[in-house]
Amino acid sequence: MSTVEPTPTATQRLGEQIRYWLPAVVVFGLGLAAWEWLLPDVLGVEEFLLPRFSDVVQALVEERDELLRGAWITFKEAFGGFVLGSGVAIAAALVLARWRPFGNALMPYMIAANAIPIIAFAPITNAWFGLLSPWSKVTIAAVLCFFPVLVNTLRGLTSVDPESVELMRSYAASERDVFRRVRIPSSLPYVFSALKVASVLAMIGAVVGDYFGGSLEALGIVVLSAVNLSRYSTSWAAILVASIMGIAFYGAVALVERYALRWHPSVQRRT
Amino acid sequence: MSVSTSVVSINGLSKVFGKGGVTALQGIDLEVERGEFVSLIGPSGCGKSTLLRIVGDIIAPTEGEVAVNGKPARKARLDRDYGIVFQAPVLYDWRTVAKNIALPLEMLGWNRAKRAARVRDMVELVELGGFEKHHPWQLSGGMQQRVSIARALSFSPALLLMDEPFGALDEMTRERLNLELLRIWAETGSTVIFVTHSISEAVFLSTRVVVMSPRPGRVASIVPVDLPQPRTAATREQPRFFELVTRVRESLHAVGADEVEETLATEDELA
Repeated sequence: MSTVEPTPTATQRLGEQIRYWLPAVVVFGLGLAAWEWLLPDVLGVEEFLLPRFSDVVQALVEERDELLRGAWITFKEAFGGFVLGSGVAIAAALVLARWRPFGNALMPYMIAANAIPIIAFAPITNAWFGLLSPWSKVTIAAVLCFFPVLVNTLRGLTSVDPESVELMRSYAASERDVFRRVRIPSSLPYVFSALKVASVLAMIGAVVGDYFGGSLEALGIVVLSAVNLSRYSTSWAAILVASIMGIAFYGAVALVERYALRWHPSVQRRT
Repeated sequence: MSVSTSVVSINGLSKVFGKGGVTALQGIDLEVERGEFVSLIGPSGCGKSTLLRIVGDIIAPTEGEVAVNGKPARKARLDRDYGIVFQAPVLYDWRTVAKNIALPLEMLGWNRAKRAARVRDMVELVELGGFEKHHPWQLSGGMQQRVSIARALSFSPALLLMDEPFGALDEMTRERLNLELLRIWAETGSTVIFVTHSISEAVFLSTRVVVMSPRPGRVASIVPVDLPQPRTAATREQPRFFELVTRVRESLHAVGADEVEETLATEDELA
């Protein structure tokens, strides 16, 4: 039997939404207020440690051209790395899931590699690609994305209920069919949770990569040079831009996830 | 031995799991004629599910032969001679009810129009009209199992292999689906091999009940069921029904003493 619930009216739903989000909005407001007044006025936090919120917003407005240019450069690096790293990881996971002995032989190293602080390679990649090349940062972002996506995708592809595969066998399905119709769809929830993590890692990789070279206009460089010139508000404005960009990137991946997994119970029950 | 009239012909079949390990089945001989409804019943460890899986070429026998429609089991599987239903419905969450039923038809390369027409017939057969666009997790357990049966029947296989399909359902749903299955069996004229550990279910459904003994699994006795067709809810109240239930119960006692009955009782409670 399917459960039939009474459909709430539009106003009821709006009221529900407001009640649900109100606490989060209040916390947000309190946080900003603390940043603006509590920290500098009551606790005496100096400007070079954390400038007032209003100063940061002012820097954001005044330096918007520089910040947007930097953001665009850094976003391209992060996005390129994300696409490259995740794409190669998904392709590799398909190969390793298809030929299991191969996968089993490589898996321990993949998991070990996942624990390597890849960001430590940032100065080295400059030597590989040249100090001014964006590819050094794309590479760092890509390598950061690669391992979590690979490990999760492989887990998704291989942790399929054996009876689902037996059923496909009973239809004389080829290995290709089993992948297309069972393994790949059932791995998607795993893939998307990895892609969300990867979107965050790609941003970190690109911004930290900026510190070690590449275009002088990139967002990481803006943070660094503003600090060197004691323009702390500008540094914080750049950090704010990087944060908003990171959240937007994550949100975009989450939106694609909701569309791709619209059949999934967790998505349908949420609405 | 006349292979021509037998849908399933099992000769000297044995199955040993692992090297020199557990003997699951020993010296099984069984013929299933066209249009028969044969139940395999026995306590846990009698190898009834294993036997079904060997007939379906999901696992290979250690010794002996299985012929389905006069062909080796492997050939029969590749020719899609049988439909299989497991205890779990094994539906794919990303497919709607209609698309789950259409899955084997897609594998057979049927075109869209032909698939849609067959899906309509199948939905009608298992009485799920109005639920075509639902996803499996939006249905009750009994409805999910009906989808699974519709899927197994969608491509009109000569043989239906059912492994405790109603084992996880409550008694009421189970009795209703028993009747529904008999109606479908009569309408489609298919041959059924049905694994169960419910004595009354086996007697009610079958034309023959095969009683198996445990460790190693063998055919202990075969009880022909001469209850008139078509069977209805009233069949369960006929004296002949009780006589046959008693006969099957006594056969089970004979093979595994009282331990069997206790196992059956606990399994029924768990189910």
